[in-house]
Amino acid sequence: MRVFQRLARGRRRAWRHGFYLGLVLFGLWLLLSGSFKPLLLGLGFLSTLLVVYIALRMDVADHEGRSIHINVFRPVGFWVWLVGQIVRANLHVTYRVLHPRLPISPEVFHVRASQDSELGRVTYANSVTLTPGTIAIDLQGNELEIHALDREAVEAMVGHKDSRAAALDL
Amino acid sequence: MMLETVREGLSWACLLSGGFFLVAGGIGMLRLPDFYTRMHPAGVIDTMGAGLILLGLMIQAGFSLVTVKLLLIALFLLFTSPTAVHALAKAARHGGLEPLLVNTEENDE
Repeated sequence: MRVFQRLARGRRRAWRHGFYLGLVLFGLWLLLSGSFKPLLLGLGFLSTLLVVYIALRMDVADHEGRSIHINVFRPVGFWVWLVGQIVRANLHVTYRVLHPRLPISPEVFHVRASQDSELGRVTYANSVTLTPGTIAIDLQGNELEIHALDREAVEAMVGHKDSRAAALDL
Repeated sequence: MMLETVREGLSWACLLSGGFFLVAGGIGMLRLPDFYTRMHPAGVIDTMGAGLILLGLMIQAGFSLVTVKLLLIALFLLFTSPTAVHALAKAARHGGLEPLLVNTEENDE
């Protein structure tokens, strides 16, 4: 079977990542079930094994397991800053939307994303979309196409958000 | 006793304002003129509405397993909702739907 050939090739790395993946998954199972009955523990263990087997078979355990490990926990400052931006943008959009005259002026902007890595650019595009008032429509290479509810919404984030997200680059 | 009152008040403030943003987002989705602009208030629902309600529920639950689960829900929402919105916008653009704009398209650096 091809799975076993692949395991044999990068055996130590694959086993190590599989082990960590299994550990995290089983921890998640314990967390979500909150029950320590032997039956549930056994079922959890079997499901974990199955998922790890499938993940190794798909060959995702080494690349993605690592990048998530680094990227989610390091830039805590960025996440905190983003939450503040999202709250401000929410108030802005809510005000526009409830205003009797509906003062919007939708525009499409093209913005350069200065992140080197693909993951950095995707994080930037996703945080643009997550912030109400701006939606990333397309990402071609370095160019990001943004639909904005009005000019203010996009000005609040371009440049500044870009440089913030650039810190995510690895 | 005092602490309990503060916690209840905080939690209900979060739940009620979260509800307000949900309604505001719904109104926005009805009032705005075209597909692309309507996606913006949907973002209000996803972030502020869902976020505040989850926060209110977390305060209700205190330090417990339920709070951890609520945190996980918030985390999944944070990753899935922009992806889904982006997929929608891109599909609409791909299908040839032109956004309603005030000015002609201009390029910003």
